[in-house]
Amino acid sequence: MKLDAKIPAGSLEEKWTKYRSTMNLVAPNNKRRIDIIVVGTGLAGASAAATLGELGYNVKAFTFHDSPRRAHSIAAQGGINAAKNYQNDGDSVYRLFYDTIKGGDYRSREANVHRLAEASRNIIDQCVAQGVPFAREYGGLLANRSFGGVQVSRTFYARGQTGQQLLLGAYQSLSRQITLGKVEMYNRHEMLDLVLMDGKARGIIARNLLTGKLERFAAHCVVIATGGYGNVFYLSTNAMGSNVTAAWKSVRRGALMANPCYTQIHPTCIPVSGDYQSKLTLMSESLRNDGRVWVPKTVENAEAIRSGKKTGLDIAEGDRDYYLERRYPAFGNLVPRDVASRAAKTACDEGKGVSPTGLAVFLDFSAAIQRYGKSKAHSTGMHNPSDAEITKLGRAVIKEKYGNLFQMYEKITGEDPYVYPMKIYPAVHYTMGGVWVDYNLETNIPGLFALGEANFSDHGANRLGASALMQGLADGYFVIPYTIGQFLSKEIRTPQIETSAPEFEKAEQETRDLLERLVSVKGTQSVESFHRRLGKIMWEYCGMSRNAEGLKKARKMVRELREEFYNDVFIPGTANEFNPELEKAGRVADFLELGEVMIMDALDRNESCGGHFREEYQTPEGEALRRDEEYAYVAAWEWDETEPKVHKEELVFENVELKTRSYK
Amino acid sequence: MKLTLKVWRQNGPNDKGNLETHQVEASEHMSFLEMMDVLNENLISEKKTPVAFEHDCREGICGTCNMVINGRPHGPQKGTTVCQLHMRAFKDGDTIVVEPWRASAFPVIKDLVVDRSPFDRIIQAGGYISVNTGQAQDANAIPIEKDLASQAFDAATCIGCGACVAACPNGSAMLFTSAKVAHLNMLPQGEVESSKRVLNMVNQMDEEGFGMCSNVGACEAECPKEISITNIALMNREYLTASLASNTTT
Repeated sequence: MKLDAKIPAGSLEEKWTKYRSTMNLVAPNNKRRIDIIVVGTGLAGASAAATLGELGYNVKAFTFHDSPRRAHSIAAQGGINAAKNYQNDGDSVYRLFYDTIKGGDYRSREANVHRLAEASRNIIDQCVAQGVPFAREYGGLLANRSFGGVQVSRTFYARGQTGQQLLLGAYQSLSRQITLGKVEMYNRHEMLDLVLMDGKARGIIARNLLTGKLERFAAHCVVIATGGYGNVFYLSTNAMGSNVTAAWKSVRRGALMANPCYTQIHPTCIPVSGDYQSKLTLMSESLRNDGRVWVPKTVENAEAIRSGKKTGLDIAEGDRDYYLERRYPAFGNLVPRDVASRAAKTACDEGKGVSPTGLAVFLDFSAAIQRYGKSKAHSTGMHNPSDAEITKLGRAVIKEKYGNLFQMYEKITGEDPYVYPMKIYPAVHYTMGGVWVDYNLETNIPGLFALGEANFSDHGANRLGASALMQGLADGYFVIPYTIGQFLSKEIRTPQIETSAPEFEKAEQETRDLLERLVSVKGTQSVESFHRRLGKIMWEYCGMSRNAEGLKKARKMVRELREEFYNDVFIPGTANEFNPELEKAGRVADFLELGEVMIMDALDRNESCGGHFREEYQTPEGEALRRDEEYAYVAAWEWDETEPKVHKEELVFENVELKTRSYK
Repeated sequence: MKLTLKVWRQNGPNDKGNLETHQVEASEHMSFLEMMDVLNENLISEKKTPVAFEHDCREGICGTCNMVINGRPHGPQKGTTVCQLHMRAFKDGDTIVVEPWRASAFPVIKDLVVDRSPFDRIIQAGGYISVNTGQAQDANAIPIEKDLASQAFDAATCIGCGACVAACPNGSAMLFTSAKVAHLNMLPQGEVESSKRVLNMVNQMDEEGFGMCSNVGACEAECPKEISITNIALMNREYLTASLASNTTT
């Protein structure tokens, strides 16, 4: 299969503008006759559905949640990047483009990333106009902060709840279109199959989760914006319901899964505390603006902390190893996520972990508290403030910046982070891989589009902080509304698609058979127990570091687990009713297939890049060793039960020089 | 720790429902929902139907989880959703009663799952700013005073969980509705449509069958995001002004 990315000709700076100005359009009278299905209502899905509705298309939007406002975009904390250069610190579209390409370890498409950087500016304008209450300075203008992997301040934020505020903005725009009748909203509906007619995506089979009934929906094209697949690891920062099902069903119908092994392990999460744990909680990367990461210099001190004889406060300044500042002086605590995560793992592997499990490092705010306290005292005219006064003022500043995160930390751990340094450890957070799409965000199936985290296109092998929100909204507000016209302009003579067509009949029957197969196993083990076991395999062999031997073993283990699942899973109840266990089972079944492809992709990529670290390929200093000559390509996997097959899209770099990433 | 749970079981909206008693062994480090997971795993191993409850992000922001624990929406801890509540808030040997939101506008779907779609319809009635994609001017064109932006943000942090309704003896949705009215009406961008917004949203709220506000204040006390009841005062003021200025309450 030849993968054509359909990147427009012209210089990098002109590609999008020129393409957008010359592409085919659908006239307003025709838009009214065209139906679009949008699956997922997170940032990408809600913004796409709202904007397509505004343009005049008939949109049907779907979410498995009880309301579109629940999508997991809501949990994004730190912020959203935009090349506004409001801080006059040297930012520009090109710099955002360059940082993103470099941050992604040169494994993303130049043209897509540049378009993303261009759209970033419009996103902030749009969101402010919708009433998103971004943080502001005293002069009333928008505030910014820094995120990992960059040396400018381009991140816009709404305390630690940026995702929530952006999602509510998109949700409100969507709600307006629902009221205007341009979007029909289907809550508590889960897409369980994609329907193709003459090779084009023409509809979906969705299960009404309240009644269990399978329903058919037809349209001229289908857009999936259903997020990432981090929950394949069971423990992740994703919401419990986040799943790969809509994307995976599309893959089963012929779409390709691109770079599935690129998963992001986020360095600052609250460490695992027990076997019962159901999810991990992120502590925003923004904390690394002010928090300093360290472990004790000696194993003896680390042991004393682990056994509870000492706390972080008992370790003298000279006995601490601020290892990020030491190893990467140029970026310090703000190195990209993959680098910070691996460094934490290295420190813990050396026996310097600071939690009872040995898997945690400190994130310490005491220096920032002192710095802010002194500055605040000075600005309020206090002379010779006492240490206690400085600490008090400093804590107040930290509270204003990160209050909800500190509160969340205390609720979960029971420890006060204003006094004791936080304990953090890396956890699965985001998946850069996803459904393969071309420049139009169209998959290899004509009429099937993938947006946001569900596609693979913009972040390469590692995503920079505050770029997920940017990409979700760029795709939904500013890319798909244009590029979808390239497909739909050829469909204006296509009459309304009928759900009575045999293709729908067949897809519905196949979906019903699968559900019946699952409920009729009536085995002995719960869905949850299979999911946990899958997660353990994936984390151990396809997690923060990987090697060929382990991956080969893991593939076999996943295949065996899949077989066991279909022979011994127990799902109470039937398929024809509200049945949360059956919903979970369907999602785990898909993870059991995806997991295998992830492992194969990791095995196939004999290099280290970004979030994909193969132990065999590292520099003498333990940094990722890329092999551009052989691996500067996108690996797009075609599903096959017995032997998935890889297709390759070469990545062409015309504007940036491929270099070894250095943050030193 | 050993706990006795009395959990509400109700098989569908027309079922009468009852409290079912279970014993669960939990660790104090578990979240409340992880303790419920243990209960469900136990039930599944006995081939019984697990307790249906809603949850998703488990970090207190999606607003999906909803349980009345010992008579209090989201349980005993202030400013905390059920998913963020940890078992260290309870003692070994405790008996814990777990019920769904109880409000006539939120019918029970199954066990602890209720229908909160009225909230979506209140937002659809006017909880937005009418701006199409692409129509916006530069984001810094209108400076907004820091404190005002911060106040709007405080109102905007509502997670739409419905605890305010569950806490209110009248089953009123005033705190939810007013939080959105306040967020948008306070900002210069939202001012243009402010009258229409408040009239339409209040009208929809009434149509959904939520009760009246009688200034009990339980909503504010139980709100996991600690949304202030002053938003209700603001909404009342906006509503009154808008009604006086207009005869058409569409």
